[in-house]
Amino acid sequence: MKIWVNSKEVETAAVSLASLVEELSLPTQGIAVAVENRMVPRTQWEACALSEGMRVVVVKAACGG
Amino acid sequence: MFSEELEKISWDETTERINAKTDADVRRALAKEHCDVDDFMALVSPAAAPYLETMARLSRKYTEERFGRTISMFIPLYLTNSCTNSCVYCGFHVSNPMRRTILTEEETVNEYKAIKKLAPFENLLIVTGENPAKAGVPYLARALDLAKPYFSNLKIEVMPLKAEEYAELKAHGMNGVICFQETYNRAHYNIYHPRGMKSKFEWRVDGFDRMGQAGVHSIGMGVLIGLEKEWRTDITMMAFHLRYLQKHYWRTKYSVNFPRMRPSENGGFQPNVVMSDRELAQVTFAMRIFDHDVDISYSTRESAAFRDHMATLGVTTMSAESKTEPGGYFTYPQALEQFHVSDERTAAEVEAALRRVGREPVWKDWDASFDLKSYA
Amino acid sequence: MEKLVIAGREFSSRLFLGTGKFNSNELMAKAIEASGTEMVTVAMKRVELEDKEDDLLAHVARPGIQLLPNTSGVRNAEEAVFAAQMAREAFGTNWLKLEIHPDPRYLLPDSTETLKATEELVKLGFVVLPYCQADPTLCKHLEEAGAATVMPLGAPIGTNKGLQTRDFLRIIIEQANVPVVVDAGIGAPSHAAEAMEMGASACLVNTAIAVAGDPVAMAAAFKQAVEAGRMAYEAGLGLQAASMVAEASSPLTAFLNE
Repeated sequence: MKIWVNSKEVETAAVSLASLVEELSLPTQGIAVAVENRMVPRTQWEACALSEGMRVVVVKAACGG
Repeated sequence: MFSEELEKISWDETTERINAKTDADVRRALAKEHCDVDDFMALVSPAAAPYLETMARLSRKYTEERFGRTISMFIPLYLTNSCTNSCVYCGFHVSNPMRRTILTEEETVNEYKAIKKLAPFENLLIVTGENPAKAGVPYLARALDLAKPYFSNLKIEVMPLKAEEYAELKAHGMNGVICFQETYNRAHYNIYHPRGMKSKFEWRVDGFDRMGQAGVHSIGMGVLIGLEKEWRTDITMMAFHLRYLQKHYWRTKYSVNFPRMRPSENGGFQPNVVMSDRELAQVTFAMRIFDHDVDISYSTRESAAFRDHMATLGVTTMSAESKTEPGGYFTYPQALEQFHVSDERTAAEVEAALRRVGREPVWKDWDASFDLKSYA
Repeated sequence: MEKLVIAGREFSSRLFLGTGKFNSNELMAKAIEASGTEMVTVAMKRVELEDKEDDLLAHVARPGIQLLPNTSGVRNAEEAVFAAQMAREAFGTNWLKLEIHPDPRYLLPDSTETLKATEELVKLGFVVLPYCQADPTLCKHLEEAGAATVMPLGAPIGTNKGLQTRDFLRIIIEQANVPVVVDAGIGAPSHAAEAMEMGASACLVNTAIAVAGDPVAMAAAFKQAVEAGRMAYEAGLGLQAASMVAEASSPLTAFLNE
């Protein structure tokens, strides 16, 4: 299945957001994930099912004032 | 609510702080463009007495910067001397065996017409005693409605009301509320106000919050000089109160009054302290240096000569040809007055005197043209 | 020095630090240390999938430091609310520096969107510290909307021009019931000291430290400037104008002697 992660096309076997995070070797702390422009709390990653063409955004800390 | 703030400010400590102010404290306050309450304490303290001329000069400068060379003119109208309170210093005291009057609608209108014959007054202050049953909010609303054709700016000086009552009167064209706390000394308040609704200190002092919450455009404050020997402390408390209100109800305009009791007033009650002209001048200058924008109001309690001088040194609002008894302008010209008027000149004479000292009397300085909620 | 209290949390330091524009994370960490700050802002960016870079949080997060995520990059209230939710999730804090600047050139805060976003974010349980114009009326509106502080700018961001908005900052400080943090434009320790002398509750500094010749030494300089300014404010400045002397002649008050 193909989905979009941070505007890049990604081929994935993950069925849930939790398995996607694992597959991409993302840290579990210090990041936030949104699916279709809605933030998904990490407690709901397991329950969040992925489907073809979904847009996922992952952010983390950056320098800034 | 301010009553909670006031609990944190000790009367005795404030008095000590004021009396401990030094020459250096006064100089520091005078050099600041924006003073805090601590600076105000220095300016009203005995240490500031040698700086009276400097204070006068600064007071005039700030006043002219903000107000120009103008004096806003107003006139009070007492609608009733009926009162359920027993303030020991007041002529309308509930047990005072006097004839009580509550003006009828017709009498009220006659008073309005009579006032308009004196001078082109547009700022009217409606005053009542506290008699909610017979002269309560509906009575006041009616008086405001009747006043609209004659005056553009209506203020009231009545018992403290609920926020929703202030809002209701606002809808009848009320633009401002004046209420004197009389004294901020919680411990002594009930000596002067033993019975009736006015004996409830918190209800009165928190009335200003309720005015602010109701969005009253203009709020007038005052301390009655003659009750507390430590009048410097009382006025400092008012300065705290003013700053508090400005911070919380920042859309509102504020005015302050320093009514002084005279020894002969009303025979019975003798003031505990008499403030001299020099002291009142100092307090007036201090207030102007502390707050460049606050309206400072002098009534006809003050003498003609004193008012004429102070009109150029910080005062921005004055009454003229006032009668302090209900119906005094037309219906009952001889009734018992609430306090004795010192400046007995006609409005025309006051106007001429102000012009002589280079001040322009302004009869109309406010209009509700754009207030969509008023004059509904 | 009086402690600074924001939303019930006490701060001993009145210097807030931004983390932008440092040459390296190591240098930034040392500057944070030297500044004594207890509040550090962080931004957010999209994770690069291939690039396993250094974790910023490791250099910033330490006991005693409140992370203050910002919403840099958003252009309106709606995006700000989204960014805020992401920040709360990523950093585990409901504190937020709200900044909305749709204009990419001067990064000037958008007053109407900032007010709107503040209202919404307060309802969502955020501790909102909005970066805003030095507009006294706007600051009262933000306060009434529930902002934990107001953070008016001293000058356009990154300009190091100091307190160009001085007269307005003074009014804001006088009227405020919440702490006033001067943000943006502070280019030298003397600017920070001036803001503190005026009665500002804190200063947020970034560029002036990050781009200094020696950022760590400059962080220490700002620490002292902010402390000195605050101490001066609490001590009461002894201003003395030359004309403020007792006058022998009294043309204006002679009538009181009559």
